[in-house]
Amino acid sequence: MMLVCRNGQGDSLELEGRVVAPAQGIDEGLRIAVEAGVIVRIEPGSADGPFVAPAFVDPHVHLRTPGREDEETLATGTAAAAAGGYCALLAIPNTEPVVDSAAVLGSLVDRARHEAVVPTGFMAAITKGQRGDELTEMAELAAEGAAAFTDDGRPVESAGILRRALRYGSLTGLPLALHCEEPALSRGGHVHEGAVSAELGLGAYPSLAESVMVERDLGLAALEERRVHVMHVSAKESVEALEAALARETAVTAEVTPHHLVLTDEAVRSLDPNLKMNPPLRAADDRESLRDALRRGTISCIATDHAPHARQEKDVPFEEAPFGVTGLETAFAALYTHLVLPGVVPLETVLERLSSGPARAFGLEEPRIEVGARANLAVLDLDAEWRVTEDGFRSRSVNSWLLGETLRGRVTRTIADGREVFAA
Amino acid sequence: MTTHVPGRAADAKTLLDGEAVARALSRIAHEIVERTELDEVALVGIQTRGVPLAHRLRRLVEERSGVAPPVGALDITFHRDDVHVRDGRRPLDRQPEVRETRVPFSLEGLTVILVDDVLYTGRTIRAAIDALLDFGRPARVQLAVLVDRGHRELPIRPDYVGKNLPTGRDERIQVELVEVDEVDQVLLVGGGEENERG
Amino acid sequence: MADPRVPALPRRHLLAVADLSRDDVERILGTARSLAGSLDREMKKLPTLRGRTVVNLFYEASTRTLASFELAAKRLSADTMSIRSSGSSVDKGESLKDTALTIAAYEPDVIVVRHPSIGAPHLVARFTQAHVVNAGDGKHQHPTQALLDLYAMQEALGRLEGLHVAIVGDVLHSRVARSLVQALSLVGARSTLVGPPTLIPPGIDALGCEVSTDIDAIADADVVYALRMQRERMEPGESFVPSLREYTALYGISPERVRPGQLVMHPGPMNRGIEIDPRVADSDAALVVDQVRAGLVVRMAVLYDLLTVAPAPARVEAAALA
Repeated sequence: MMLVCRNGQGDSLELEGRVVAPAQGIDEGLRIAVEAGVIVRIEPGSADGPFVAPAFVDPHVHLRTPGREDEETLATGTAAAAAGGYCALLAIPNTEPVVDSAAVLGSLVDRARHEAVVPTGFMAAITKGQRGDELTEMAELAAEGAAAFTDDGRPVESAGILRRALRYGSLTGLPLALHCEEPALSRGGHVHEGAVSAELGLGAYPSLAESVMVERDLGLAALEERRVHVMHVSAKESVEALEAALARETAVTAEVTPHHLVLTDEAVRSLDPNLKMNPPLRAADDRESLRDALRRGTISCIATDHAPHARQEKDVPFEEAPFGVTGLETAFAALYTHLVLPGVVPLETVLERLSSGPARAFGLEEPRIEVGARANLAVLDLDAEWRVTEDGFRSRSVNSWLLGETLRGRVTRTIADGREVFAA
Repeated sequence: MTTHVPGRAADAKTLLDGEAVARALSRIAHEIVERTELDEVALVGIQTRGVPLAHRLRRLVEERSGVAPPVGALDITFHRDDVHVRDGRRPLDRQPEVRETRVPFSLEGLTVILVDDVLYTGRTIRAAIDALLDFGRPARVQLAVLVDRGHRELPIRPDYVGKNLPTGRDERIQVELVEVDEVDQVLLVGGGEENERG
Repeated sequence: MADPRVPALPRRHLLAVADLSRDDVERILGTARSLAGSLDREMKKLPTLRGRTVVNLFYEASTRTLASFELAAKRLSADTMSIRSSGSSVDKGESLKDTALTIAAYEPDVIVVRHPSIGAPHLVARFTQAHVVNAGDGKHQHPTQALLDLYAMQEALGRLEGLHVAIVGDVLHSRVARSLVQALSLVGARSTLVGPPTLIPPGIDALGCEVSTDIDAIADADVVYALRMQRERMEPGESFVPSLREYTALYGISPERVRPGQLVMHPGPMNRGIEIDPRVADSDAALVVDQVRAGLVVRMAVLYDLLTVAPAPARVEAAALA
């Protein structure tokens, strides 16, 4: 698979500050020199400056291209990623048309070569049109550069089809990224089924709708001995299923979103459609289980599931609004403010799960701070305080779950693949 | 009508004591007897203190003439022009408690005498006239007040006045009656919030 | 046009029972009682809201609630305007937001909203400067119904504190049930929800009520409140109960199930013979007609209260930070 973006000269620059690279055990004041995009020199330096960490990797981003460029384009989506400290992202194929053929994938990759600011990989669909009944030409898609396969947006409803996809997909060596949801149980549901939904009268669906599918999919993955990636885990029952599978040595990785780590279903009492997403925000004990799984590494990836939506689609009553919230530009700050500062998850863990974890899960090169490596760096101001406002986004859409909130911690500079792609 | 602060303020001055109040009411009753056809008269007190005053006048009139005019009570809250919230700001006055409105007789052909404790801007009386006319069409409406403190904002004039007490706008008249406050007196309270409406 | 996300001047709405404190409820019921006196006079109109405009925006069929709100506004001398979902640009696909903005241009003082989607009145409140009254949003809330039910109970029984009310039927889909349970709790009364397990949402007891699937649980209630079997809110083919016949057999309010001294209430319209036996509906124990009369004065009181009582300072601050 390949990541593509607008190629340019690698930049030459110098950074100095407290460098934290958890996967490499680095935490000290250093001076990093980059020439033509490659780290050429690392020397001791002052730790008084900003924080410098390996840049982030997001394996779950909806770029809405082709088809909904009113919501996001390759240019705006990757600019948003750059502003969030990301040096690589993987795009989800539930577009219009769906990325289910080499022709669509190829043209998308070509466009990215001209428009993407940050290296971008494209997942292809598991089934044609994501309709769940026919496999895509997985081998050809892999050859054309697909990063992985997913029907995200929806589950692969038929166990038989998923099994076949796993088995046939072994030709590609690429993982399947799975959206786990049992539609028969989730139908009519807009939020998590619990005391909040009972009180508000909103259509709701239980955690079991996710976990029952997680168990099924992990069982099939084990049966076919294929690596899978479980997307946007939201329920404690799903975490339990992951742990059991890991104990049995199933090859599985998993991701969780910043909003699931920070919020619970209490947030939907405001009836703000910017808090409506799928899977929904769940209860406090689910959140606790997700945080614990993140700490222990059962969930090794943080992924934003950045899902832009046109303003007129979200400016409607809650039940009428589509699912999805943006997140690229606020991910680090939200996690720093709500997990690191209160001491829930150490900063090193968050940095690792934002960067090395996702890279490893999808076979991407892990951003490393070492001489000879391409520079993939995020410079962070941990003291900055800023307010999330509509006019502050580089994303085309403003459906953020943090609108109006004040956050601590900010990305001030991003070097992706040796080029400075963002400077505040 | 006054907005009352219970208890006596340190700088309150007694303008009328219990005896003076009784004399004033006596005078009003006497004038009512002299100037009206009593069998066509009704007394309607304005909540809150106008109501016990109306009952007292009825008794006083009966003592002098043998005729006891019927008595009614009017709460004018829903006819006021100053209670609304405008643009999210606080209303001009606290939302007052709504009390009983009872006019258990037909108004046709009657001389209705509205009774209140204090006459001030005239706005309460205007609202009372509006409220009264919801009940029917009296032949005429007159006004009896215990105290007239001046500063009219509408062309309203009393027909019977117990006592004229000129005041400053920043002063407040506080009428206390045995039926409500356990004592009869009229106090002048100086300075402070302009919160009296009459 | 001002950014609708900039907090508007603080103003009160009645979007949910949760917007009210116990003091608010008692004050509104007290005002309703005072207004009730006007109903018996020949001149039934009061000039209180003269010069004010009340717009009724109804996206759901509802003759009774719309008529109640219209008459309430007119009796207080307000100017009224009613926009119904049939025959207006709503059917041409205009979004709720655009309809709200159009209405806002007329600067109404109050907008009363009934809509099949939860949160619709909240959206209208965001895009206008009016006071908004929720006349029913999906399965969420119907606060004026809860208030008029409290009023009717208080008029009939002389008290609210300590009352036990059994609410029977399709609780899952009922905004009336949700609002009433909360309102009863607010005034020191308690409630028991009774119905088939599939029509009682899991977790609803978090509202502080008892739950039972046995109709006998209504025996010691002071008031039996029957909910309409909401057929139209169930998706086609969803069958929450195997048949209406079985529902009526298990949960119908029949004369045998009502003991002497119990009152029976229903938010209307009734499905006679399904959730309520016609003999019970027509008996002296049924307060249904009183509920209609209560609806008028309570809605008059709500309109009056919204326009004359400013928001409490703490709420003003909270709204500004939101």
